[in-house]
Amino acid sequence: MGEGVGVSRGETFGAGFFVRWLEGTASAVDREAGLLTELDSAIGDADHGVNLKRGFAAVAELLAKEPPATPGAVLVAAGRQLISTVGGASGPLYGTLLRRTGKALGEDERVGRERLAEAFGAGVAAVSQLGGAQVGDKTMLDALVPAVEALWTSFGAARTAAEEGALATVPLRARKGRASYLGERSIGHQDPGATSSALLFAELAGTARAEGAA
Amino acid sequence: MRMLINVPETVVADALRGMAAAHPELTVDVEQGIVVRRDAPVAGKVALVSGGGSGHEPLHSGFVGPGMLSAACAGAVFTSPVPDQMVRAAAAVDSGAGVLFVVKNYTGDVLNFEMAAELAEDEGVQVAKVLVDDDVAVTDSLYTAGRRGTGGTLFVEKIAGAAAEEGAPLEQVEAIARRVNARCRSFGVALSACTTPAKGGPTFELPEGELELGIGIHGEPGRERRGMMTSREIADYAVDAVVEDLRPSGPVLALVNGMGGTPLLELYGFNAEVQRVLAERRIPVARTLVGNYVTSLDMAGCSVTLCEVDEELLRLWDAPVRTAALRWGR
Repeated sequence: MGEGVGVSRGETFGAGFFVRWLEGTASAVDREAGLLTELDSAIGDADHGVNLKRGFAAVAELLAKEPPATPGAVLVAAGRQLISTVGGASGPLYGTLLRRTGKALGEDERVGRERLAEAFGAGVAAVSQLGGAQVGDKTMLDALVPAVEALWTSFGAARTAAEEGALATVPLRARKGRASYLGERSIGHQDPGATSSALLFAELAGTARAEGAA
Repeated sequence: MRMLINVPETVVADALRGMAAAHPELTVDVEQGIVVRRDAPVAGKVALVSGGGSGHEPLHSGFVGPGMLSAACAGAVFTSPVPDQMVRAAAAVDSGAGVLFVVKNYTGDVLNFEMAAELAEDEGVQVAKVLVDDDVAVTDSLYTAGRRGTGGTLFVEKIAGAAAEEGAPLEQVEAIARRVNARCRSFGVALSACTTPAKGGPTFELPEGELELGIGIHGEPGRERRGMMTSREIADYAVDAVVEDLRPSGPVLALVNGMGGTPLLELYGFNAEVQRVLAERRIPVARTLVGNYVTSLDMAGCSVTLCEVDEELLRLWDAPVRTAALRWGR
């Protein structure tokens, strides 16, 4: 991967960092699949955990077999793999998030945190456009949008913002996705998509911390 | 958990293997989750491709064959298929006359079929799409994902399929599919939640003596919960909900659909009540179909779909069809 383990030259990150982050996410999603499915059964159709688990396992497998050379290529490949394996709404939405973020990173061999935050902005905008949702609709965007904003400050802040964003979906009424059919009855449940988005950012922060970045 | 399965991970593949064994007139790609009529592509004929999460059998794979779908894509349980499946299916059935995607209005189905349409067009396949959104239990507003596609899907696939079989060009098949959807309305009732293989338990809690009105076909709860009602009361409620929205001025096709866990004894009894309400409202019923067609795994309950028809739509409905689950004429 052309990069030593644990190295963060001037806090920039190479392809290996992104591979480790997504591998970590695959493990986290595997560990939390039951919780995600449980949350989804309350207001959706009880498949979020199992679908994401299948998708991220396929991402980890792909990245292990054919590790791309740049951060952007890692994210684009991972996004494509999610679209091809997850199904449901999560496949296109998470796939678009990673693919468009990766495209925004271009062909740079190493990227810094602020560069990543900027690219993520493009990814999140694409997700918002694809799903036609905004913050407050009780979707993954409720975790993603504050997380990406906080990523300009630090990885830890992004993690915290994502977790708070996911928790903040509890009192909301769903306006998008299958939970929207419940109307008032969706209130009082945490959104499974926002919860999995928080996992993604928790793993990002965890990977950064393990490699000495904040 | 009382399910006739091996492990949740292979439920869909196992079902497709069994379907292939039972239906040599179909080509089943178990690996990719695609069911194709064996004689496809049929020269000069517009192809119809549909698909969705598994767990709604016989929808969609049971409707593949002459007079209806050219191919169906089976997703994981209650999860839409992925674009790769749809693109493969489209390529397998396109004769050059184009492909109509029949898409139920769920965010996942819509997004994946949209991506698939783009990719298929890149490969030179002409694609049109029709969105089925017949469920009156859902308010179509800015605050929901729009009406769900349920029982009306059967009418769209059958009638548009018949038009394609007759050799109608793509834009005409698409227009007929849209016309059918615009004239279809459905309402569903659950007497129990369904069990998804992955969860292994009921997808929502429905205490003994209560029912859910306005359920969808994915084990998602409905719009209202009430104490148990009789078949007569449920028919009044469901047909009223459909008729109020559809306001038919001509004859209708009626579908009394089981959700998977209700015996035909009850469905036929329920149909008697549905026919009574329609007669009271002076709505002529041209044809009636009773059975399990658009199901939600083992959910007990039923749905009513009405489709207002003119002469052309009725003729296309009566046209021969030869699929695993729907078969008449010739």
